[in-house]
Amino acid sequence: MKRHAGLYISLIILLAIGTGFFIYPQGFGAQTIPWRLGLDLIGGAHLVYQVDLSKVPASDQGSVVAGLRDVIEKRVNLYGASEPQVYTAQSGGNTQLIVELAGIKNLSDAINQIGTTPLLDFRDVEQNGSSTTFIPTNLTGQYVTGAQLIFNPTTGAPEVSVNFNSDGAKIFKEMTTADIGKPIGIFLDNQLIEAPTVQQVIPDGKAVISGGNMTVDSARSLVQRFNAGALPAPITLVNQQTISSTLGSDSLNKVIIAGVIGAILVILFMLSYYGLLGVFAAFALLIYIILTLGIFKVIPITMSLAGIAGFILTIGMAVDANILIFERIKEERKRGLPYSSAVSEGFRRAWPSIRDSNTSTIITAIILYYFTSSFVRGFALTLLIGTIVSLFSAITTTRLFLYVFLKDKNKKSVATQNLK
Amino acid sequence: MLNIIGHKKIWFTISGTLIVLAIFAIIFYGFKESAEFKGGTLLEFSAIADHPSLSDIQNIFVNDLKINDAQVTLDNSTQTFIVRFDSIDEATHQKVDNQIKNAYPSFSELSFESVGPSVGASLRQKSLIAILLVILGISLYIAYAFRKASWPVSSWKYGFVTLFTLFHDVIIPTGVLVILGHYMGVEVDSNIVVALLVVMGFSVHDTIVVFDRIRENLLLDHGKSAFSSVVNSSVNQTMARSINTSLTLILVLLALYFAGPASLHFFVLILLIGVTTGIYSSIFIASPILTLLVPKERAK
Repeated sequence: MKRHAGLYISLIILLAIGTGFFIYPQGFGAQTIPWRLGLDLIGGAHLVYQVDLSKVPASDQGSVVAGLRDVIEKRVNLYGASEPQVYTAQSGGNTQLIVELAGIKNLSDAINQIGTTPLLDFRDVEQNGSSTTFIPTNLTGQYVTGAQLIFNPTTGAPEVSVNFNSDGAKIFKEMTTADIGKPIGIFLDNQLIEAPTVQQVIPDGKAVISGGNMTVDSARSLVQRFNAGALPAPITLVNQQTISSTLGSDSLNKVIIAGVIGAILVILFMLSYYGLLGVFAAFALLIYIILTLGIFKVIPITMSLAGIAGFILTIGMAVDANILIFERIKEERKRGLPYSSAVSEGFRRAWPSIRDSNTSTIITAIILYYFTSSFVRGFALTLLIGTIVSLFSAITTTRLFLYVFLKDKNKKSVATQNLK
Repeated sequence: MLNIIGHKKIWFTISGTLIVLAIFAIIFYGFKESAEFKGGTLLEFSAIADHPSLSDIQNIFVNDLKINDAQVTLDNSTQTFIVRFDSIDEATHQKVDNQIKNAYPSFSELSFESVGPSVGASLRQKSLIAILLVILGISLYIAYAFRKASWPVSSWKYGFVTLFTLFHDVIIPTGVLVILGHYMGVEVDSNIVVALLVVMGFSVHDTIVVFDRIRENLLLDHGKSAFSSVVNSSVNQTMARSINTSLTLILVLLALYFAGPASLHFFVLILLIGVTTGIYSSIFIASPILTLLVPKERAK
């Protein structure tokens, strides 16, 4: 590394300049890959729904949850959220559906619409004398691919035609085969809307719902709700967090200003305490900041407020390794070693401490990432990546700077004086 | 050279007092859990043009909305209200918003969070697991890092002192936290838990640097000097780097505290206290305790 130090450091500087254009908000990278900002910075809603799977057999739960996710995603897209995130999570044996909406003007409308999705299911009817019981079946709204408003050819009454996908068609065929001559209960949101009697086996996955008091308007709204997607399992909103875009952009501005001030303070401290060595540390820190932001953008990591705070902390920690090395170099110089050996010795001897001391932070960040929820995860991830990149930056960038710019030829150089 | 080991009684008295105070504060005041952990609602809004008073808002919640447990606070610097109450559903949320908006048309909701009790409980459980795992992970790592010990200090002693220092560095900010909770309503949320966990990581960071130097000096010294004097010179040699590495962190934390967003204030404050305690303990507590663990005849 020592021999080609000049080449390596030029490459790192070029990389940093290139990355600088890439990460700058109005730079070349902005059009192709914009920064991904968290809900707490652009405003939006983080909604956690509890999925009730008590009526779903264990073997079907996976597909029901996946279907639910797709349906909610379709619904959310109708309300113009930018890049909505819909994902499922397990929490203490419960299945949860998490919906993240960013940049929606009317959040409460969207939340209402997600909640009021129709829940369709077909039930077997069992009659014991005068009492009627309905037994839930596997045929639910998750198999519905679409619905149309039609009019009964004889009576002219509005009806809703529902199409099932191939799995749903198969179940429906079996059901109608078994129940010929018997009624089937059609339930919407757990309300019986009608119980038509099966006249013949229906093999093509088409069902017609016609209620006694169905109007054109109610049929049309039902069709719209079906086409947006019916929920295969009921959900309840258990956790909601919404942040206005004004609060979000205010937080973003403040945290960026704080980060810039923090970085300037650290650089000023390094310059005033370590002199010429501090100049190298300052440049290494700038390169660290640029490259780490570049990595965040490439992966890409969603930058939340906590995430940016985690990154700003690493700015304060990135120079730690430099401090440990510089103090060592000072000691080696006091023992009378020439610069080149003092630098090599300094790095060699400081390395175990640097490695050991950063490992505890890395352990903390990894555990936080795997055992916490989304907002904390952003912090853990930036802290982890920042700490790892800072290790690289301290031992590579700073060392290359020292190899290239600190030479022994003139032992009474300015650099030597500054180190005293 | 400062005689740090020689004055260890002073440092032990200071730290002992602080630790006892912190433990008493935790026992008497207890933790004030946020809605995130115990379930509940947190509504933040402003109504700048109408500038309602604290009791105006209190009245709306108690008299009009019949939400008797609402706790209203007003941040005078930003004119924002924060109201805490039980968890509610979306319909009630709409009702609350409309009620305030009717009374104060300039109402603007800044943030809203409502957590059901079961979600809160599972989040709390997750945080506790994370805390335990971080302590376990760090302990295992310490055992590994100090596996090669040198006479006269066996490796478990380094490990024990590092863990004790970690306890010291976490219990003091925790004590401050419960006092802030009691007098200023600061609540424990997952950000605060994270801050305490990060303090643990940093605490070990500082202690390892000093102990590495003690191990190195013990090897160079070949048992010629008294143990306590080797420790004392090690602490003095590493003092500048102990202070400087934490000082750079304190500089960015101060920037975050004074210029950063309000929602990070207490997170940053806990880190500031923890990191400052960490500087102090790595110099004045960790090494002096180490000298206590070495048998007398060897120490002299």
